[in-house]
Amino acid sequence: MKIKMNGEEKNLSQATLSVSELLVAEDVKMPEMVSVELNGEILDRDAFDSTTVKEGDAVEFLYFMGGGSE
Amino acid sequence: MQEISIPGTIIDEMIAHSERLNPIESCGYLAGKETTVTKHYEMTNVDQAHDHFTFDPKEQFSVVKDARNEGLQLQVVYHSHPESPARLSEEDLRLLQDPNMVYIIVSLAAERPDLKAFRIQDGTVSSVAITRV
Repeated sequence: MKIKMNGEEKNLSQATLSVSELLVAEDVKMPEMVSVELNGEILDRDAFDSTTVKEGDAVEFLYFMGGGSE
Repeated sequence: MQEISIPGTIIDEMIAHSERLNPIESCGYLAGKETTVTKHYEMTNVDQAHDHFTFDPKEQFSVVKDARNEGLQLQVVYHSHPESPARLSEEDLRLLQDPNMVYIIVSLAAERPDLKAFRIQDGTVSSVAITRV
């Protein structure tokens, strides 16, 4: 299937897969530190396993950003 | 030492942002091309804390798309240390993991604001020289 990932067209061999499976397929390091937006909506981390990515979807992911002074 | 060039107006904006939020930590992105910064994005510190910051993911997605649309790369993540020096804290070293990003600390601990820039690659910290242009 064809999706748009982080702004770029991407062809995947799978016809459908979960967000969690997509992060694994894309070799995303530390997926627990990643925020995912699917078609403009930010997903709860709890929904990564149950949310399906389909043909034509737009997926964005980025890393949590935080730090401190201690 | 690596270098990054930042317009004086953007350096002044970062300091002003940090002083405005003090004693809460400020945070933001700088974007540009190659080693020259051209755009400043103030970010919301959702922690609203004096010793910690976290970006708002919704704002992050918005900034990533804006920079992409303008053909810019996100080059710098900055945050302030209201009460401690311009060095990476233990928490920074644990959480700031992107080897392609320059991390700037704006310290307000002394009488005059102090800015220092770093890169973290494979757990090794190196200094990055800031050139005011």
